[in-house]
Amino acid sequence: MSAPAAAAAGQPLLDVDGLTVLLPVEGQQREVLRDVSLQIRAGEAVGLVGESGSGKSMTARAIDRLLPKGAQVRGQIRFGGREVTDLAGAELRAFRNKVAMIFQDPRAHVNPVRRIGDFMTEALRTNLGVPAADAQQRAADMLAQVGIDEPARRLRQYPHELSGGMLQRVMIAAALLTEPALLLADEPTTALDVTTQAEVMAILDELRHEYGLAMLFITHDLELAAAICDRTIVMYAGQVVEVRRSELLHSDPLHPYTAALAAARPDIAQQSRRLRAIPGRPLSAFEAPPGECAFAPRCAHAREACLAAVPELVALDGGLSRCVRVTELRGQLEAAHA
Amino acid sequence: MPESAAVLEVSGLRKEFGSLVAVADVSFRVLPGRSLAIVGESGSGKTTIARMIVGLERPTRGTITACGRDRSRPARSARDRRRRGGEVQIVFQDPYTSLDPRQTAERAIDEVLRLHHGWPADRRRARIDELAELVGLDARQVRALPRALSGGQRQRVAIARALAAQPQILILDESVAALDVSIQAQVLNLLADIRDETSVSYVLISHDLAVVRQLTDDAIVMHRGQLVERGPTARVLDDPQHPYTKRLRASVPRPGWKPSRRQLAPANLKGEPS
Repeated sequence: MSAPAAAAAGQPLLDVDGLTVLLPVEGQQREVLRDVSLQIRAGEAVGLVGESGSGKSMTARAIDRLLPKGAQVRGQIRFGGREVTDLAGAELRAFRNKVAMIFQDPRAHVNPVRRIGDFMTEALRTNLGVPAADAQQRAADMLAQVGIDEPARRLRQYPHELSGGMLQRVMIAAALLTEPALLLADEPTTALDVTTQAEVMAILDELRHEYGLAMLFITHDLELAAAICDRTIVMYAGQVVEVRRSELLHSDPLHPYTAALAAARPDIAQQSRRLRAIPGRPLSAFEAPPGECAFAPRCAHAREACLAAVPELVALDGGLSRCVRVTELRGQLEAAHA
Repeated sequence: MPESAAVLEVSGLRKEFGSLVAVADVSFRVLPGRSLAIVGESGSGKTTIARMIVGLERPTRGTITACGRDRSRPARSARDRRRRGGEVQIVFQDPYTSLDPRQTAERAIDEVLRLHHGWPADRRRARIDELAELVGLDARQVRALPRALSGGQRQRVAIARALAAQPQILILDESVAALDVSIQAQVLNLLADIRDETSVSYVLISHDLAVVRQLTDDAIVMHRGQLVERGPTARVLDDPQHPYTKRLRASVPRPGWKPSRRQLAPANLKGEPS
């Protein structure tokens, strides 16, 4: 799999710059993403974490050009150095072969009356002109790689004959068939049992390394993102609030929201008398108070300065934080349970 | 009186759906003020147990005794049904489908108070205010229809409504699983406060081991209808004995976690049910 030339030259594989998205909500154009910038290098796994309304799924949909009708998009999305926001037709299909997506609910994304093999080989046959028999063989090989027994028989089955975990493996295999350089994974294990999640994550992790695939892994689970991604991006109210190397996310967070989110989770290793809950509820971009830090109303560290302007992303210690108090709060944020 | 002291006692409970054994001869007890977790994944039978305890499914075999009274057979009268409702209540996972969309929070709570206690209006009004305060709903939210409330607020309404019957046992069927992390922490703290103030016992049905640790004293682990392990929650999570419990524990993401296919390959789970 050859990563695009620009990536080889040290450029990021994916470069999202100042992405702002408005969607029609109750008859009005409302902001759901606000000035989102992020980069993913070839082969890198990046976590994208946030609660409801944070914009994490919208970011992935904007990248793969899957936003609902009526969406307004500003900003740039470059893949392999090439702008993708205006792609159409064959070019858009070719782009989606290189930037594949898997979803939380695989059943909602397959046609229930088409066989697994038909679904899996569609892109190969129609976009890449691979002969049908050849495509079936490749699909069977890929199913074996994601740990599915009797792949040839599975190709003749229908989606309802497979369990949720099995179907999600099929989706991963289908996504890998077009040899993408980037996988957008939108909560792919959230609907699965814990033990199945672990298996699917193991498969994703192995194949990603084997194929040199980059991944944007979207999840509400900070622990899961931190465990399997090189870097993690935390979103709140449609904005990026922190970018951090994953191993530092829990022990040394830069943004008060990241710290609060980690501290709010109960600990499997001990009962605490009280959890450190965050007051209020998560907001969407269009609900956030204008002209100030979006997290300020819920933040234990908010001061007057936080209400004066929307904070910029500040670089610190190899990470980024959208907090005006980032330097003075260094080392004071509640670290999560070890 | 160790035997009669249990607030909930389940003995030899079995449920078959056709040829499928959903719950195979499960027994456990919950002591007053203690909380029990029923841990398991899809198909483990944990939700079927909960549904049998509240009376939504009829056991194929076995007995369920709550507050010293048998409830393994359907209630024989409205009065009997109400009495059972005063013993056991349930809060479901999805606060978007478990509330009547045409009923405000206060009417939902009021209905339960009227049915269960038959109190006059002013006494019910006072109790609604108390319950609203206990679960953290403000005056506007109490008068709102479910559609005007967030998921966390709806779950508070469901909890307040369940508590209105003053149950001895509250079954929490994945009741915090669908909530955002910051809201989940609020609701878990709320549940801890309620237990301190009312001495209600929780039966928590959950796949989330961290939530189980936070809220319960004892745990049973279910796998394919079988009870495979039981013990104090801390012991079950820190030192799991059954291969399935070990596998469940190893599947939880944590710093430095590297899922590997080989390590997670289904161990021999035919092992010894405890």
